[in-house]
Amino acid sequence: MTSSEALLHVDGLGRHFGSRLAVADVNLHVARGEVLGLLGLNGAGKTTTLRMICGTLAPTRGSIHIAGLDLIEQPALARRSLGYLPEIPPLTQDTSVGEFLAFAAMLRRVPAVRKREAVARALDRCGLEDVAGRLIRHLSKGYQQRVGIAQAIVHDPALVVLDEPTVGLDPRQVVEIRRLINDLRQEHAVIFSSHILPEVQALCDNVVILHDGRQVYSGTPTDDDSQWRYQLRLQTPPAPDALQVLAGVRSVKQLESGLFELLLADDSEALDGVLAAAVSAGWQPREFGRCRRTLEQVFLSLTAGEAAA
Amino acid sequence: MMALRLAWRELRLIGRGPAFWLLLGLIQVFAAWWYLLLIEQYRSHYEPLVVRVNSPMGVNDLVVLPFYGSVLLLGALLLGAAMLAMRLLADERRSGSLQLLLSSPISMTQLTVGKYLAALGCLALLALPWLLLPWTLAFGTELDTARLLSANLGVLLLVSVLAAIALFASSLTAQPATAAALTVAIAVALMGLNAGVEAVAGGEDAVADYLALLSHYEPLVQGLIRSSDIIYFALLVLAFVAFTIRQLDSLRLQR
Repeated sequence: MTSSEALLHVDGLGRHFGSRLAVADVNLHVARGEVLGLLGLNGAGKTTTLRMICGTLAPTRGSIHIAGLDLIEQPALARRSLGYLPEIPPLTQDTSVGEFLAFAAMLRRVPAVRKREAVARALDRCGLEDVAGRLIRHLSKGYQQRVGIAQAIVHDPALVVLDEPTVGLDPRQVVEIRRLINDLRQEHAVIFSSHILPEVQALCDNVVILHDGRQVYSGTPTDDDSQWRYQLRLQTPPAPDALQVLAGVRSVKQLESGLFELLLADDSEALDGVLAAAVSAGWQPREFGRCRRTLEQVFLSLTAGEAAA
Repeated sequence: MMALRLAWRELRLIGRGPAFWLLLGLIQVFAAWWYLLLIEQYRSHYEPLVVRVNSPMGVNDLVVLPFYGSVLLLGALLLGAAMLAMRLLADERRSGSLQLLLSSPISMTQLTVGKYLAALGCLALLALPWLLLPWTLAFGTELDTARLLSANLGVLLLVSVLAAIALFASSLTAQPATAAALTVAIAVALMGLNAGVEAVAGGEDAVADYLALLSHYEPLVQGLIRSSDIIYFALLVLAFVAFTIRQLDSLRLQR
């Protein structure tokens, strides 16, 4: 992927509130058709990062480019390529859905001749046609969230930023919003924050984990490819030390009696060596399989400091 | 153009709630009551007196002047300004809808001017009964038109400053009630600045006198249009609008 395809390019982003460090050295890169998940515990800096990307909070350091435009140098132009759903949907309760979307389109500089068409398309994409004439205050939370997403895409922006779009919704509404985000990837680059791991795993091409304002992981949501782990179940297990000394074994963790998690050097010799040793030493191997670390494991291990505290 | 669109939308939203119409109705009742009281007083008390002593004074001095100098007018406009302060920006901040405006491709100046024009339009509508009622005197007597126009200009200039104060107060807090209280506090402080300083210092203070709002409003009501007064009102409006733009910018920069 070349950098010219990047719709969002964030480099060395940082933010202080007084002496408190909220975000430090965050680097993000999202291309069209990609969904990036921003994960982190409460207070990790997700909302602060998204607010800086959307221009509602000035960064202390770093640069943000949206569709090739510098957000700090050319804020008005860059924001035309941006749709933002904040944590609390920015709705005007006393207007109808259609009227509110027309206002959002006007704010985002959709030409007057295209406004009606843009609103109709946003209503259609978010499944809001039936409630277009209803006052927003009379809608359920799920529908209000959809209106929030509709206002973020009404001007067909290159980048859609969604801050915890499924928080507070019931399971059916969560599924609908996920489907909607999945549809958005066809035409936009999407970045969204969440602390719901299965949601991120189901939707995202890439994940960034923030912890205490720092970027502690950046990669795919399914695995940390560099670390291959195996589970080995033995009928007659030795002490873990006996496994640790085998060639190519980097670490051993006993999960339960007779079940070990081994982290091996990434070559087949280490694998052969362990299997041969298990058979020849009479440990009676019964199960052996490769296990990838789930996103949950990666997340919990990277944010362990917080959990321990 | 964007500022005008924002202003028009804001005006429509204000017009949808009952508060504005309720206030407009109340102000009309107050204005009509006060106006009729002054006319009745003039007919039964002042008119025979004026004829007897052959005084040059007439309705222009004894009805129009007290009508515009009334504390009722100031109170009604303050009430309107406080109501506007509750919603202009404070309510947008409280509900989170300000995020939509801040992340849109519009400048803080466009946003502030749009909100200001809406506040100005709304307060001018509230002041309409006070602007129009004295003109009905023209049916029964000879009016000093220039003097009445000057008084109308005074009310409009007062309205323009109160709208700017309401906007600024509204930008200071996310709590609508606090914004309303701040509006009243700033406006009352500006109106009574000279009286307050006088009470403390025990004599007139030229600076306080110049800064006080009413010392620039009263000459206009009396029919005296001075460029210094108009510049004073314009400067106040510009200052409060500039403070608001700065305050909105500081929301992005919050330390």
